[in-house]
Amino acid sequence: MRYAFFPGCVSRGGAPELYQSTIAVAERIGIELEEIEGWSCTGAGALQESNPLLGDTLNARNFALAQRMDLPIMTICSTCQGVMAQAKVRLEDEEYRAQINELLAEEDLEYTGGIQVKHMLWIMVEDIGLDHIKSLAVKSLDGVFLAPFYGCYIVRPSAALEYDAYPQRKIALELVIEALGATAVDNEGKTRCCGFPILTINERNSLAMVAKHTGEAQDLGADAMVTPCPLCHLNLDGFQSKAARQVGKQINVPILHLPQLIGAALGLDGPTLGLNRHIVSSFDVALKMGLRV
Amino acid sequence: MQAKVSVRRFNPDEEQPKPYDQQFDVEVESHFTVLDTLIKVREEIDGSLAMRCSCRASICGSCAMRVNGHAVLACKARVSEHLSDDGEVRVEPAGNQPVIKDLVVDLEPFWNKIRAVEPYLQPSMPEPEGEYLAPNDVMLHLVDVMGCIMCGACVSDCTVLEVDPNFLGPAALAKAYRFVADTRDEEDGKRLGLYNGYGGIWDCTRCGECVQACPKGVAPMDRIMALREKAIESGTPPGDYDGAAYGYRHAEAFEEIVSHNGRLEETMLVVKTLGLFNLPKMLAMLPVGLNAMLHRKMPPPIAPKVPGINQIRRLAARIKMNKEGAAY
Repeated sequence: MRYAFFPGCVSRGGAPELYQSTIAVAERIGIELEEIEGWSCTGAGALQESNPLLGDTLNARNFALAQRMDLPIMTICSTCQGVMAQAKVRLEDEEYRAQINELLAEEDLEYTGGIQVKHMLWIMVEDIGLDHIKSLAVKSLDGVFLAPFYGCYIVRPSAALEYDAYPQRKIALELVIEALGATAVDNEGKTRCCGFPILTINERNSLAMVAKHTGEAQDLGADAMVTPCPLCHLNLDGFQSKAARQVGKQINVPILHLPQLIGAALGLDGPTLGLNRHIVSSFDVALKMGLRV
Repeated sequence: MQAKVSVRRFNPDEEQPKPYDQQFDVEVESHFTVLDTLIKVREEIDGSLAMRCSCRASICGSCAMRVNGHAVLACKARVSEHLSDDGEVRVEPAGNQPVIKDLVVDLEPFWNKIRAVEPYLQPSMPEPEGEYLAPNDVMLHLVDVMGCIMCGACVSDCTVLEVDPNFLGPAALAKAYRFVADTRDEEDGKRLGLYNGYGGIWDCTRCGECVQACPKGVAPMDRIMALREKAIESGTPPGDYDGAAYGYRHAEAFEEIVSHNGRLEETMLVVKTLGLFNLPKMLAMLPVGLNAMLHRKMPPPIAPKVPGINQIRRLAARIKMNKEGAAY
């Protein structure tokens, strides 16, 4: 299987372990990733606040670059996935697409509509198949308790994300966790907001969200949380100790990226998956998953 | 078909009132809504079950409550679509609002926030003899947001209100947009200044819960984003709330960085948002930065050059020029 790979800014910035684990897992499963040359930021919802037209134009440009490769896009970031899906819906309007294509034409690019954009999480469930991943697993993660944490943009608005056509997307993370032999913890916070977008605006509220969700996962006995969103990872991992201090509670829950979890079952080791690059130590959960750390 | 309806109950008249779940086994028809089911419970099993409802046709906005953890209008939600494989459905009062009894919540905070955004037209032109006229396209644009039935489903599921009851919330801010975008209202500057305050437009996390919960397509979060764009575009000063100042700088820095580099430079974004000489904030970020460095995950302050960057810069420049042209 081949995809036009869209790594997203954060996997090339503050969460390099997401990029390295994605590459390692794709290789192990046999997914061919061809990175879109010259891809740009999707705007992450933030650019859309000040300049929605630029946001849609940059997404249309990324779509046009992928169409040149004649491949569907694979993302590894809930936020990129959601922002692209929403841009895609707006760009289905022919008049609007023509307006944006006029801008792209000067760069010799055209987006003709209908691009397929899929997060790695969905690709695992829908394209690769959980049975195939299970057949490649060298160990079961039996006895490991994991709390899913989706990231808003891969959950809402569900219409743009085609949840009606693909109802299993609602529980995709639990399906992957269970397929690998681990137990999915039923945490209420799994589809809520990690608070990252307001981290520099209202830090108190942002940290309150981090504490609420990591605290809940811990109270439910989770060994770690798993997320397909690197922005959630930055907040839940990087700001967990500060959030815990704010609410006066001991919280210590490692946060795993989705490919790190899959890689663990496929027999990849801790350093290859970048587990040593988390702020909250993943040492204990790595040992529990039987990884070389 | 049989439904096992678990209802979160609360009776303030008990000696030590506390919420508890009660299960009712109800025979339901395939066309039954959650509201039909609850009415059947009240009429045939337990007359003490308290809930609000009136029109039963998604118009009055009385019956917003949580079904399986998410806000819906009980009269719009078909019960069969919410049953688990075991035939169970969980019904709770709307979130983020104090419970009066069972499924009835106190709407006083909701209305106080609606009032706080000054939800009435404020024209300054001389009073016309007839009506205040507005262009058709302006009113058409407002149709969706005016479709709000004040049910509070968006407020129920708002992730900010969960941690900060001071937030004005999606319903009130969508209502605020309705007046800013109405050409008959001439107090945009004053309004945007008000909405820039603590608990206003900059405290939204863009989580989309309100868009998902709204039964009428009001899309409150999109209206809040439009208010942010209007606040920046109109040159309204951010005001006293430092969150608004950070919000302005975050939006502007994000656009500037992406327009120039094609990709986000996270370190630059933080520095530009908080301000390099904002010592308390910079010092507070220092441990996070050092920790990231220690774990080899500190993003480089200046990202490597993106192939085709000139293309991105030209596109950004052209859009900016068109935008500025349109403003004159």
